[in-house]
Amino acid sequence: MTLPSLSGYARADGRKGIRNVVVVVYLVECAHHVAREIAESFRDSDVHLVGFPGCYPNAYAREMLERLCTHPNVGAALLVSLGCEGFDRHGLRSAVAASGRPVQALGIQDTGGTRKTIEAGRDWVEAMLAEIATQAREPMALSELVVGTICGGSDATSGLTANPAMGVAFDLLVKAGGTAIFEETGELIGMEHLMAERAATPELGTALKQCVAKAAAYYATLGYASFAPGNAEGGLTTIEEKSLGAYAKSGQSRIAGIVKPGIAPPRGGLYLLDVVPDGEVRFGFPNINDNAEIAELIACGAHVILFSTGRGSVVGSAISPVIKVCANPDTYRRMADDMDVDAGSILEGRATLPEVGREVFALTLAVANGAATRSEALRHREFILTYKRFEALGPACLPM
Amino acid sequence: MGNSDLAPSRALLKLAPQDNVAIALRPLHAGERLDLDGVALVVDRAVAIGHKVAAQAIPPGATIVKYNCPIGLATAAIAPGHYVHVHNVKSGYLPTYVLPTP
Repeated sequence: MTLPSLSGYARADGRKGIRNVVVVVYLVECAHHVAREIAESFRDSDVHLVGFPGCYPNAYAREMLERLCTHPNVGAALLVSLGCEGFDRHGLRSAVAASGRPVQALGIQDTGGTRKTIEAGRDWVEAMLAEIATQAREPMALSELVVGTICGGSDATSGLTANPAMGVAFDLLVKAGGTAIFEETGELIGMEHLMAERAATPELGTALKQCVAKAAAYYATLGYASFAPGNAEGGLTTIEEKSLGAYAKSGQSRIAGIVKPGIAPPRGGLYLLDVVPDGEVRFGFPNINDNAEIAELIACGAHVILFSTGRGSVVGSAISPVIKVCANPDTYRRMADDMDVDAGSILEGRATLPEVGREVFALTLAVANGAATRSEALRHREFILTYKRFEALGPACLPM
Repeated sequence: MGNSDLAPSRALLKLAPQDNVAIALRPLHAGERLDLDGVALVVDRAVAIGHKVAAQAIPPGATIVKYNCPIGLATAAIAPGHYVHVHNVKSGYLPTYVLPTP
């Protein structure tokens, strides 16, 4: 297939963005309303709301917001704090400024309350939108593109149609030099031995098995697998069966490495994002919903997210566009407005798996070039960030 | 784990030759009689698209195999064609959570 040429917004760190988003960031729940009021006055522009609700400091949340504010798809950042919370707002502001992006920090207490802060924030965002609108897109190589994949609202069709189709798209991306990230070690339980056989090195294979063992132990302590009642209603019987379907998203490429939230893969290839916290169980579930994982994929630099759903998820995301690949033909007919790709056509014999895989890949490139996804057009900009704790990556995790 | 040559007229699909379950490619109804590679199956209840039935007699404690991967253990004897789900299969790793029946 002939690949189209890509273009993106050049950033000072050498990466390129496929969107030019102004993020409005609340640094504690107490600043959430003010930040939302600012962002919502620009609902028809790419002004997205992200933030962290906690008042106690957390190294993971700090790292996540820094990676998100300096994500290639972000052109400018407005930080909104109350003024007395534990978040390191000065550190975050310095980090964003060092990335070459316009950044403004507003403290609600210092600015004089809700109304004055909303006004000041709106003025700043309006000025920034005008400023970044003058930036032109530049040629971007396919090897600069980073794509993440997730499945949500899975049923028994997910692993038969949409997930393997996204795997085909991932194989095409990796072959073209791009970077592909698959996720959720809790949904790879039972697949650890198969996955280890695809590792670039024996040491990475051992690390992949350790990731899954960590996830199984973590979920066992919590008493639940990463498995919703809707998964069972959709015909999935066990976490192993859900894993079998989820694993198909990774395609057939060699696994080049493991990353953790906020760590960008150093070069092209297929990577696993380990989302399960390290150490003893604390702060609750590894990811309380699909958007928690999407935010982590984006913090690893993902420009676009491929999201497969059988039951019918509708979510999008702040910062990076989400492409919905619908696995179940009945769901597609019911919810076509929310879906970008009808992968259930494979079950009904209207298309083949390689055809749908190529369609997903072609759509990914079109979206990278600016085409709006269904969830973008519907203004889905979900975002969530909670407390977690990670240790540094092991020595075998990244390619030499 | 796809198969590129699914035909809409087919009722069941075995994803790998080693499997002891088959996937419903269309809704199946209770009492429906099907032939799968020479094995006579009798469907015991309505089965939705994508759900599983036994492709052969499965004894209690046996491993359920789909796409040549173990996906759980039978908790009861399962007759050919009978629905295979949370009522007769458990995980080898973590229990499956389902909502209480209203």
